[in-house]
Amino acid sequence: MKKYKVDVAVIGGGSAGLAAAIVVKKAELDVLILERDKELGGITLQCIHNGFGLHEFEEELTGPEYVQRFINRAKDLNIPSKLDTMVIEFTPDKTIYAVNNMEGLIEIKAKAIILAMGCRERTRGAINIPGFRPAGIFTAGQAQRFVNIEGYLPGRTFVILGSGDIGMIMARRLTWEGCEVKAVVEIQPYVSGLIRNEVQCLEDYGIPLITSYTITKIHGKERVQGVTISKVDRNFDRVIGSDKFIECDTLLLSVGLIPENELTREAGAKISQMGGPVIDNNLETTIEGVFACGNVLQVHDLVDLVTAEAKRAGLNAVEYVKERYDIKVEKKDQIICTFGENVNYIKPDLINRTDLSKDIIFTFRVKRPDRRLLIQFKDDKNKIVYKRKKIYVIPSEMIELKLNLSEHQIDPDCKRLEVEVIPRPEVLIEED
Amino acid sequence: MSAKIKENELPEGFKDIRCIICPTGCLVHVENVNGELIMEGHSCKRGEEYAREEFVAPKRILTTTMLVENGFLPLIPVRSDKPIPKEKLRDALKKIAQTVANVPIKMGDILIENVLGLEINIIASRDLIEI
Repeated sequence: MKKYKVDVAVIGGGSAGLAAAIVVKKAELDVLILERDKELGGITLQCIHNGFGLHEFEEELTGPEYVQRFINRAKDLNIPSKLDTMVIEFTPDKTIYAVNNMEGLIEIKAKAIILAMGCRERTRGAINIPGFRPAGIFTAGQAQRFVNIEGYLPGRTFVILGSGDIGMIMARRLTWEGCEVKAVVEIQPYVSGLIRNEVQCLEDYGIPLITSYTITKIHGKERVQGVTISKVDRNFDRVIGSDKFIECDTLLLSVGLIPENELTREAGAKISQMGGPVIDNNLETTIEGVFACGNVLQVHDLVDLVTAEAKRAGLNAVEYVKERYDIKVEKKDQIICTFGENVNYIKPDLINRTDLSKDIIFTFRVKRPDRRLLIQFKDDKNKIVYKRKKIYVIPSEMIELKLNLSEHQIDPDCKRLEVEVIPRPEVLIEED
Repeated sequence: MSAKIKENELPEGFKDIRCIICPTGCLVHVENVNGELIMEGHSCKRGEEYAREEFVAPKRILTTTMLVENGFLPLIPVRSDKPIPKEKLRDALKKIAQTVANVPIKMGDILIENVLGLEINIIASRDLIEI
């Protein structure tokens, strides 16, 4: 078995892995990217639409243009990568086992690991639609890969379940390729992706968006022949008598993304209830020296936000290798972050008490859209540590807050911090 | 709030335009009243500009793929280097579908020059090497 030694190994060569590796290389550490595909770039390569780069480059780019800039940068810096290489395991002592067809099984001993494996799509199995198992059912991202990279159309007439951004973008893409998209069906009473995509991908082409409906049956034995959609009530229960049949030969599912947790879980890192690994405010998992960034940690709205997070992970991995790798640090004293009213999850999960005087970036999502709100951080004695007003919240937009908690009179013995998004009481109207 | 803008060649009638500038998504009513543009429902300057352009001459950046011969991949993602008038999108797509690109390609390479005589180029979104 061939053996390698590096300072930092990056698992995943997409937008997150590339940005993290570039930061590590610039700090003059040895870095190695492990990528399972035949080229670097990851999922951003198949997102051929524009709308990326406004934060990172202050211009509007397509996905391929965005990630090509990072691929070029990695090439200029001579960052080594192993393509067509599948990581099958990593251990808490930061040994990685991977396979490729040139070398067979290989071992990579790293001082730090950056997890950048991205996320998976939820499938039909995850949402339990009854019916046969005919050909013609795809996840939206899978269809995107067929159409944009491999040059195949997965069908002719489509129904798309879920109004996430990828689903709506695929509706327009398929229309442009000459297919007919009969409807986008959304179980929630509101669109789950960005308004921009609803307008430019659906309304522009007269594609109906049917909200408060879901698919209750898939018809066809060999090939999809249509779907039955049914209205749902507030509890998402099917409304009797509301069934409608829509003829189609293909069903696309755009019903959410899940961080790719398999390797992380097997290594023994804690996984949070909603999504990716448990991390502290340095993006470090519960395994020392293993960091996580990008969609493997939490699903982001925009690749620009992935890049920013990945750079932080890169810097923290560098700091770990240079400052902490050789010394034994005592068990960390940490504050637990939790979430309450109308919050779906929060990152980080843990704050190191020693880092309280540093800027900490909190990211979270709401469960449902709302207007005129207060975002509040409360400690374990119900004291409000921080609050700010927010005009409008929607689940599809991640909320990011940079806070220096020591400036907000946090109790030094605080053990738990809770974030909530609550309606703004009228009496509280004051200046922002 | 309403805003009046004088225009020489305005489309007839009215349009209710959902603003995409921010997540608030204001519904802006834009109407040509005897050659004067009347706008209602927007809540910021950027929204006003957006709704005006959407009424007068809606444009979109076109992003699609083009066939490639002997490439590492069978397709190259492409885009228009400027926004294309909405009513010309179909024709531009057709033109792109009839074109085959040759490798190697560098990001930014012009694959169709002056598409449909619009003074807009179709450019490559990434590098692509030979197979």
